[in-house]
Amino acid sequence: MKPRTKRAVAIVGGLAALGVAAALVLNAFQSNLVFFFTPTQVAKNEVPNDRLFRMGGLVEPGSVVRQKDALTVNFKITDGAQSIPVVYTGILPDLFKEGKGVVAQGKVHGDGIFKASEVLAKHDENYMPPEAAEALKQAGHPMAKENFTGQGPDGAKAR
Amino acid sequence: MIPEIGQFALALALALAVAQAFLPLAGAALGKPAWVATARPIAIGQFLFVLLAWVALATSFVNNDFSVANVATHSNLRLPVHYRFAASWGSHEGSMLLWVLMLSGWTAAVALLSRHLPERIAARVIGIMGLMSIGFLLFILITSNPFERLLPPALDGRDLNPLLQDPGMVIHPPMLYMGYVGFCVAFAFAIAALIEGRLDSAWARWSRPWTTAAWCFLTLGIALGSWWAYYELGWGGWWFWDPVENASFMPWIVGTALMHSLAVTEKRGAFRSWTVLLAILAFSLSLLGTFLVRSGVLTSVHAFATDPKRGVFILGFLAVVVGGSLALFAWRAHKVGLGGHFSGVSRESFLLANNVLLTVAMGSVLLGTLYPLVLDTLNAGKISVGPPYFDAVFFPIMAPAVFLMAVGPLAAWKKAELPGLWVRLRWALVVALVCGIAIPLLRGKWSPVAAFGLFLAFWVFAATVVQVHGRLKAAPQPTLLGRLRANSASWYGMTLAHLGVGVFIVGVAMVKTFETEKDIRMAPGETVVLAGYEFKFTGTREMPGPNYAALQGIFEVRKEGGTEVIRRMYPEKRVYHASGQTMTEADINATITGDLYVSMGEAVENGAWGVRVYHKPFVDWIWGGCLIMALGGFLAMADRRYRLATRRQASVPAGAVTAGD
Repeated sequence: MKPRTKRAVAIVGGLAALGVAAALVLNAFQSNLVFFFTPTQVAKNEVPNDRLFRMGGLVEPGSVVRQKDALTVNFKITDGAQSIPVVYTGILPDLFKEGKGVVAQGKVHGDGIFKASEVLAKHDENYMPPEAAEALKQAGHPMAKENFTGQGPDGAKAR
Repeated sequence: MIPEIGQFALALALALAVAQAFLPLAGAALGKPAWVATARPIAIGQFLFVLLAWVALATSFVNNDFSVANVATHSNLRLPVHYRFAASWGSHEGSMLLWVLMLSGWTAAVALLSRHLPERIAARVIGIMGLMSIGFLLFILITSNPFERLLPPALDGRDLNPLLQDPGMVIHPPMLYMGYVGFCVAFAFAIAALIEGRLDSAWARWSRPWTTAAWCFLTLGIALGSWWAYYELGWGGWWFWDPVENASFMPWIVGTALMHSLAVTEKRGAFRSWTVLLAILAFSLSLLGTFLVRSGVLTSVHAFATDPKRGVFILGFLAVVVGGSLALFAWRAHKVGLGGHFSGVSRESFLLANNVLLTVAMGSVLLGTLYPLVLDTLNAGKISVGPPYFDAVFFPIMAPAVFLMAVGPLAAWKKAELPGLWVRLRWALVVALVCGIAIPLLRGKWSPVAAFGLFLAFWVFAATVVQVHGRLKAAPQPTLLGRLRANSASWYGMTLAHLGVGVFIVGVAMVKTFETEKDIRMAPGETVVLAGYEFKFTGTREMPGPNYAALQGIFEVRKEGGTEVIRRMYPEKRVYHASGQTMTEADINATITGDLYVSMGEAVENGAWGVRVYHKPFVDWIWGGCLIMALGGFLAMADRRYRLATRRQASVPAGAVTAGD
């Protein structure tokens, strides 16, 4: 091949690779972005139907009820202004505790219950998941301030 | 006293770093041999003072000196001594000190192992690394003093995060930082070449072992982190596409591209500007990773905005380094030149495709990592980009790269013939297709993902066999031993590393498709069956630990239908005394064909527990593959030609070296 043809092939090849990548990225982006909502927004029904989203806040003290025979747990996530009932089946993370920050990913069903497919608690006791802290702040919850210092767990971050 | 010695040593190290940056660079520019000659001793001196500071910090941790704020917040009287030692890099301040220690360590290594380099080039490399040291030492002294005193001293410390009290976590950060920071050497070589206005095969040969070394450590570091997440987080995942993971993975991808681009620059004199750009990019991504992890932006951009000192410093430093080096690149790249020509089908073109694909893959990871941060900064909403995005984007981009990876080593430099390649590789293709289709069918579950993954893996294995066979047959020596010896260590290293990629893919494909799991409530005496194994929960027992109390579940494992207990497993629930935090410790029975994994959730009632049981076929191949890749890298570094006195070869003009690998 002549140098010019070669360069043309290289450029076309590069552009094609970029184009394919861009198409993949945009496609995947569209379907896989997970939006975050606060319990207040969920209560106002501002959330999308039939789409996974994340909700964060505090596990309302006294709201955790385990069903006797199975691994199903009911609890409420609150931002101080509103609390939303959540149901989850499975093993909860170590750091899941009443009165502590939590982020759940799932959908709201017709009965107004948030069915969580995943409960995230990748934080330690002096750190609040950012989404949960954001929810508390928006609702003006007093715990928002003390947990909002950015003192993250260096441990988890060291990964 | 000891912390003050540490602090003082850091300040002295900074003074030496200034000298290390200024004297050699100015000496090289002004032609003053006496200044140039100071580079090596100053670099070693700087390393010794940083080492002294680090020893002071480690001593404070081991001695439980709770008058040091850093120790008081990250250690505890009851913490076992090896974890107290490791806690010295468990904090933000300590890990930055480790960063600088690694940086000065690499600089000292360059100073000691660069006797064969022309004085002026070695001095410039050391001087540029000195500039980096200045930045990071200033960062520690201004924003993150690890020796800050606490008045009055605490009686006891707050304890190290229990997640980090683990042997894997003890070695993970040093390995990872060795790799991260190691790309600074390749970066310094690239900048020195730009200043020098000269970049040839000899230059590439000097940079290669350093780049490969950094890449090997980074590979090991990332693999260790992934392995740790697998057994420690208690839910059996091995990679989460978490921003912190991505921060270390992006330099790895570009580092991989850089290693291959350097090979072309050394052997053929081509890709020169591109190599320099990749070297700049790899280190810039290391710095970006440091910014992401260390500034607090990942916790929350708003938290970052309330205490912006650290973040702004690193961001400013990043801007100066990236901006400065790109400006230098724009100004000087034409001097470096583009390099030799090659045909559309040649080893060069395969490596070019590899580079393009790797760079695009890195870009997709970068986008997924930064996009949520950008949106959040603009107050445009909070989103997260989850693993499905990365899976959907990353694997399709990497699949052709892996396919070509198997072909590349068989193609000739400069110009290769497709028909010849087809003749050599058609049986490999058949073997790969058969294995890819047959293995999922034999395991009784058809899955296109598994079939394609296994096809790629066996394609790599089979093409490697073809390649090794061809190489040995072509060697002129009469005996097999002689023929084995005829090939260079770097060729063996490359082959081994490519096999590692195949092993890795087998692990990923098998575990993604054939893993089975059960979340179940189990009362003592109950049994669960999974993947042909029977797990019987017989009860729990108390097990005191050094700084925690553990409750151990006892599980008997039998073959399904069998009576003989083949294995007892003891997952734990630990409560750490100092923090009161609960931790799940999974028990894993690892074999080469798969892991049995048991972890306990919460106690339900009457001695019953929520239990999680997994069977993870071939999961250890994932880390095994990484280990093989790293071993391949180390083997390649051991090649004789990197150790030969290069003065002789430096006089050979670029492109004249056309050895077969």
